[in-house]
Amino acid sequence: MNYFVLGVNHKTAPVQVRERFAVPESRLPEALAKLTTLQGVEEGMIVSTCNRVEIFARSQNGHCDLQQFVRDYFGFKAGEYEQYIFQHEQLDAVKHVFRVASSLDSMVVGESQILGQVKEAYAIARAVGAVNSQLDQLLTRAFAVAKKVRNETTIASSSVSIASVAVELAEKIFGSLNGKSVYLVGAGKMCELAARHLIAHGAKKIYVGNRTFDRAVTLAEKFDGEAIPFDRLYDTVPWADIVISSTGAPHAIFRKEHGEKFLHARKNRPMFFIDIAVPRDIDPGLNDLDGIFVYNIDDLQQVVQSHLGDRRKEAVRAEALVDEEVRKFEARAQTAEVVPTIVSLQQHLETLRQAELDRVRGRLGTLSPEQEMAVEALTRGIINKIMHTPITTLKSAARDPESTTVIDVVRKLFNLRPEEPAPPLAPPAQPERKVAVDEAETPALVKQNQKY
Amino acid sequence: MPLLWLRVATVLYGVGLIHAILMLRQRGERSGRIAAPAVGLGMVFHFVSLVETAGLYGYSELVTIRHAESALALIIALIFTGLYLRYKTASPAALIFPLIFLLTFSSALSQHKVTISTSSIFGGWILFHVCTLVFGYAMLFLSFVSSLLYLVLSRQLKMKQASSWASRMPALQEIDELGYKALLLGFPFMTIGLLAGSVVAEERFGASFIMDPKVLLSVLMWGIYLTLLYTRWSAGWRGRKAAYLASVGFVVSVFAWGANYLSRLHRFIAP
Repeated sequence: MNYFVLGVNHKTAPVQVRERFAVPESRLPEALAKLTTLQGVEEGMIVSTCNRVEIFARSQNGHCDLQQFVRDYFGFKAGEYEQYIFQHEQLDAVKHVFRVASSLDSMVVGESQILGQVKEAYAIARAVGAVNSQLDQLLTRAFAVAKKVRNETTIASSSVSIASVAVELAEKIFGSLNGKSVYLVGAGKMCELAARHLIAHGAKKIYVGNRTFDRAVTLAEKFDGEAIPFDRLYDTVPWADIVISSTGAPHAIFRKEHGEKFLHARKNRPMFFIDIAVPRDIDPGLNDLDGIFVYNIDDLQQVVQSHLGDRRKEAVRAEALVDEEVRKFEARAQTAEVVPTIVSLQQHLETLRQAELDRVRGRLGTLSPEQEMAVEALTRGIINKIMHTPITTLKSAARDPESTTVIDVVRKLFNLRPEEPAPPLAPPAQPERKVAVDEAETPALVKQNQKY
Repeated sequence: MPLLWLRVATVLYGVGLIHAILMLRQRGERSGRIAAPAVGLGMVFHFVSLVETAGLYGYSELVTIRHAESALALIIALIFTGLYLRYKTASPAALIFPLIFLLTFSSALSQHKVTISTSSIFGGWILFHVCTLVFGYAMLFLSFVSSLLYLVLSRQLKMKQASSWASRMPALQEIDELGYKALLLGFPFMTIGLLAGSVVAEERFGASFIMDPKVLLSVLMWGIYLTLLYTRWSAGWRGRKAAYLASVGFVVSVFAWGANYLSRLHRFIAP
């Protein structure tokens, strides 16, 4: 297996350290070229984002000094930054890669960006040939695991920012936001951000009301919206389905009696008020009115917190999923080690059988088709019976850490050719592609004999 | 045999009911896997039971109270399936399944046999009366369920703590539109259904049929639904007020349906 991971991330190092390790995308190919020339490193890739710089590598002989690479490449002195660097080997490395891709190792657990970043790093490494066989399998599997985690847990389904929570709530009230109108009261940054999110989800018309009319006009222009003089505020607010308020007013500007008028003007169609001003712009009494929903900054924050809590709960399930996938990956890798031996054993005996048949064919004379079939069956039966025990032993040995000894013994006993590199578990695949299921990984010859 | 199928369906709907209750208590994850196929199978048995009844005893048998109950349950189950497929949510099950179960249960238990003299020239009228009313009842029940869901969801949005049951519901406005459409669709069916019934009753029993409890309750129910529609049109009533009114309408409609057991007239026993 021989996988290695080394790096710094948001858990082990502060940003001033991480930035020293960063490898810009333009310099990745060069860094990868250096990495693969390091002694023992067969394949490698580098993931460099603002939260992590990590090197994934595979060695041929089970040893590689990635620390050496870090010192050489970044020009660090021996021991410098050592306390910030983490390392994983073998199954721990596999698990780490799975966790990173599934966003379980992220600062905001469940965020989707990291998967894209890993995929990008993988694409670059593949393009320069730094990733080609077993590391490829690991990454392909990691992408499949990430997809599984997203599909089978709700880790990424809830919003964890104020603006996205506002959108989520608006959608809970109005369904699709298509064609809905938004009124921005006050022209602050937060208003703008929330409006951008709402527009991205389909909101159409934007009205902006601000005490300084010029600022309203400027903001309205950004969204192709309509600026409205502040003295017409109460007449025009009922036009909007969603009202975002963030003025610097010292008192509430929307009170219950206003709400009643709005509802009357709208024939009781629901309204969603988002109050991000402190002190608050909207009297909480408005929320008591049938059809008006008021969320202030604390309410939104509370939703964010509860979603984060949900994510943490889901993360536990996701971790279990990852553990299971690591076990499966291990089992596959071990089977892959014995497969070449089984295949060459079968080929070897088949060659012997054919040769012996050819040798005696002259003495047998002309055989009827039935006799021909009987001879075939007889000889095949014999070699299958002979192969049965070695194959089952090899297969059970695959689950044993000492499997290499058994493989050697079988090879010696049957005088098989020196071991060829294991065939890939699955053909090199594009990201997102599912790794072939177990059956596909076992060559047909092995399958053929499984009935014995 | 039709009765056996109906009883099997009742048991299967029971599974759905149990799941709906577990879901309310946020514990329906496992039962969900059994509930959906159980309800689906239940509907198949239910359908077979109705078809077999019609095959064995003719369509006139379907207009008896018992089978009308059974047909109403099946229509409601179909509507629920439609909602489930459209909105990918089983949240309304908590409100819908008790009724489906009760209707099939009562229909599967009921031993009494009410026969209608099919020789009556009004046979067609009665069939029409029953069909339109069963559909009307189903639609009005749907609008009642919608108004309750609307109330629950809007309350949760106001309290700022959505339970997982509520968070799986469709959006507030979608629920609202659904209820309104059901009301719009159900009301005309109910109106012509009641008119057809009145024509038959007038012919058979004369003007005195008005005083029958079933008739009075039906008229009251019709009035409530008219009010619901009117307040919606004129003032856009939604949420609390609409839900209260719809609840009163539902209670009256249950009594109006149940009045079959009181009304001599509706059982075609001459007054």
